[in-house]
Parts: sequence; structure tokens; C-alpha cells
Amino acid sequence: MNEPPASAQPGPGPSGQDIAGPVAAFCNVSIAFDGPPVLTDVSFSIAPGETRVLLGPAGVGKSVLLKLANGLLRPDEGRILLFGEEIARMPEEQLFALRARTGMVFQEGALFDSLSVRDNVAYQLIQERVPNSEIDRRVRDALRFVELEETFDLYPASLSGGMRRRVAIARAFIRQPELLLYDSPTGGLDPVTSTTIIELIVKERDVSHTPSLLVTHRLQDALVLCNHRFDPEQGRMVPFPKGETDPSTTFLMLEEGRLIFDGSLHDLVKSQNPFVREFLE
Amino acid sequence: MAIQTIEKTAKNLILTVQDYSLFAWRAFTNLYRPPIYWSEFLVQSDIIGFGSLPIVVLSGLSTGGVLALQSSATLAQFGATAITGQFVSLTMIRELGPVLTGVMVSGRNASSMASELGSMVVTEQIDAMRALGVDPLRKLVTPRIFASIAMLFFLTIVADACGIAGGGLVTVFMNHQNGTQYLNMAWEHLRYPDIIQGLVKPLFFGYILSSIGCFYGLRTTGGTQGVGRSTIEAVVWSSVLIIFVDFLLTQVLLTLFPAL
Repeated sequence: MNEPPASAQPGPGPSGQDIAGPVAAFCNVSIAFDGPPVLTDVSFSIAPGETRVLLGPAGVGKSVLLKLANGLLRPDEGRILLFGEEIARMPEEQLFALRARTGMVFQEGALFDSLSVRDNVAYQLIQERVPNSEIDRRVRDALRFVELEETFDLYPASLSGGMRRRVAIARAFIRQPELLLYDSPTGGLDPVTSTTIIELIVKERDVSHTPSLLVTHRLQDALVLCNHRFDPEQGRMVPFPKGETDPSTTFLMLEEGRLIFDGSLHDLVKSQNPFVREFLE
Repeated sequence: MAIQTIEKTAKNLILTVQDYSLFAWRAFTNLYRPPIYWSEFLVQSDIIGFGSLPIVVLSGLSTGGVLALQSSATLAQFGATAITGQFVSLTMIRELGPVLTGVMVSGRNASSMASELGSMVVTEQIDAMRALGVDPLRKLVTPRIFASIAMLFFLTIVADACGIAGGGLVTVFMNHQNGTQYLNMAWEHLRYPDIIQGLVKPLFFGYILSSIGCFYGLRTTGGTQGVGRSTIEAVVWSSVLIIFVDFLLTQVLLTLFPAL
């Protein structure tokens, strides 16, 4: 693995603000669309440097929860704090500035298909009118981080599913976000590509210590994330010694829109909740 | 049961009108607040303006020709074929030029906007744009609206000119009348209020077709089938609204210029 982009080094966010409390927090959040509630009374928080893995089968509201975290959706009830600011009722115009401080990786990548990889990754920088030479340098750094430097001039249509996901990760990382949101980043990928994606997430977690919320229905990905660390000397992901796990990676689990588990991997495997047991087994 | 269905439909209709009003107002007022995406405006102007030129030229020529054919037959009964030029030019400039261009451009561009934005919605590109801190309304909708208004204005002038030219060709080559007389009649009876009426309408029609196209595109749900539905609704509603607003505008303009 290559070195992370210069823009992904630890430190205060682009706004220059240090975050004291939780980076994001949900307080009794509920949301419904046309039918029954999708999420009911969900409360949890993401501390600085913490990676939270949200587990649950398909259709329990994981992606909805992720979109609530940066205000892409509004809850019917409850409060959501992002970087200390209440966003549940915040006007859309004010939310753009806050969202720009987060990075989000969508389930299918959500790359702009009319733009090249370079313009996709640099999307925010282009909007901010960063000089072209600076954009090129930072895009190359970000693409080197996800090992796709050769795709610089290509268009998304010519990339495979796994490559699109990695470009999406580069786009999320490039502006040194203060919170990363991953929506099923390995969904629909083969095991080898999935491991590559998880390795990138582990690398980002251990190099930049950016707090993150990762949604997945694949327990295997969650376990790899918790049981491995990035070794900068070897430049790759290596397992923790037996019995050790990453202390900053914790788990949440949803069942039919309700949060039924919030804790460490140790707590998860010891849980007696029948739904958790069924999911694990 | 039937009452419940009517109630639900009425509520949906009112909600849609409310959403559209808020959407259209925000998109319009965005022009006065930075950031303004001028490059997007130019790109859309090229797509909407230059791209629609062939259909506008062809439909203008054909309509002018048909007007000349139909009117000359009727006018001949009164021995008034000499005023064919006046008839064609006034009809094209005051009414058919703006409406025809509006409906033709709506069929081409409202559908294109709805399907393009709808596809972006279902592939989460719109959400990605919002997540990256960029307002899709400013970036995608406002440039399309102002490009449509500006381009429809010029396309209407092209359609008017082509209509008069088409009428002239039919008058000379099929009706075997005097071309100079046709052009003189077309020109001499034209007054400023006629031109104003013909050039005010496309400003409204451009706004209608683009805002409706973008509105239905951004409201798309239900995957690729939803994109198809949005496209149909965008074309139907923009065309119907153009014709309805034309009626209202004509009433207002006739009140403002009673001498017409």
C-alpha cells in the first residue's frame, strides 16, 4: 500500500476547529416515510477517533440512518448533532457548509458519470476554485492512496465496480473530512475486492484517525475491520495478535428500525440478544 | 372509499403545487446570490439553444407554409390574398412562434432535463452532490432555467423569421403570388405591441419548461421506471402549462395594449 495523501494527515479539520464532544450524536431519532417507521427512537454517538460499525440485515434502515447523519434526510422526531450543531431542523443552505466537512462513500460509488475520475475526485476542490496544479497534485495523492493513479483521465463508465468504490473513497478522503460515512462500501463486490476496500478503510482509520460510521450487513467485513490494523512499515493490513482488537472500533446493530446493540466486539460476541445471536451465527 | 381517493389525490395535487412553487422560487432567486455557475449556464445554453435550432427552424418553416396555404384559400374567397403576408407574420409573431417554439423545445429539453436529473437521483449522484456540500439547485437547476429563458427568446425570433420565410416560399412557389407584396404586407402591418407580445411570452415559457423539467427530474423515485414516469410528466405538464399560460398572457397583454 502507498502512503496516504498529504491532505489525510491527522489534525484539526479544514475549518481549523477542534472537536471537543462527540463528532456526531443521535438523540431519540425516529423517521417514517409512507409506511411503518423506518427508525424508532435511535440514540448513539460517535466520539473523535472512533469507528462505529452499524450492522444489520438488509432493509432495517441502515442507509437511512447514515443519510440522517449528514442531513441528507430529516428525522420526524429527535435531535441529530453534527460537529456540535443541531442539524435536524437546520435550513438546507446552512447544511452545505457542514456537509462539506464530512466525507461520504455511497453504496454504488455515486460517481458523476459525465465527469472524469480526476474531476470526480476533485469535485469539492473545483467548486472552491483551488488552482489546477494544486488540484492535480492532490487528486494524484488521493488516487495513489487507493492505488488507482492510472485512472486519472478515465471516465467512471470504464471502471469496474470495485474501482468505482475506490475512486469514491478517494473523493471522500481528498478534503481531509472530519467525519467519514461509508454506506455498504463492499456491497455487491467479490471477496478479494471487498478485502481491498476494507484494507483502505483500516488504513484511513489507523493513519488519519478520522471518526467514521460504516454501514454493512457483512459481519465478515466488520470482523476484519476490528481484528486488523494498518502496518505502515509493511504498507499493508496485518491482524492483531490473538485476543486483541482495535479499541476504537465499536459496533451498533439495528433490528427493524430499533437500535438493539451498542458496544465493543467483546460485548457483541457475548450478547444474549436472540437477534444478535442469530446474526452472528 | 371513493371519497378517500379523491381526498388523497387532491392533497397530493396541492402538495405538488406547493413543492413546485417553493422549488421554482428558490431556483429563480438563486441567480441573485453567489455562487453562480456561469460555465454551466453556457453549456446549457449551447445544449438548449443551438441543439434545438434544427427542430425550431423546421417547425417554423412548415407552420408558416401551412398558414400561407390555408389562409390563401380562405382569403381568395374575398379577393384578399394580398394580405397573406400580414396574416402569416402577425399569427407567427404574436402567437404561433412563441407557443410552437415553447412546445417543441419543451418536448426536447424538459424531457431531457427530467431524465438526466432523474437518472442522477436514482444513482444517488444528487445525494453525492449534496454530501459534497454543493447545492444541486444552484449547480443544476438555476443554470438550466436561465439558459432556457434566454435561448427560448432567441429561438422564438428564429421561429418567427422561419415562419414568415416558409409562408413566403409557399406564397411565391405554390400560390404563385408576388413575393415583394407578401413581404411588404408582412412588414408594414407589424407594430411594436405585436413584437412585444411575441417576445414576452417565450420568457415565461422558457421558465415553465425548464422548471417543470427539473422539478419532475429531482422528484424521481422508483428506479429506471420512475425516470420514465418523470419524463412523461415533465413533457405533459410543461406543454399543458405553456398553452394555458399563453391564454392568460394573451389576455393580460391585450389588456395592456388595447389598441391591438
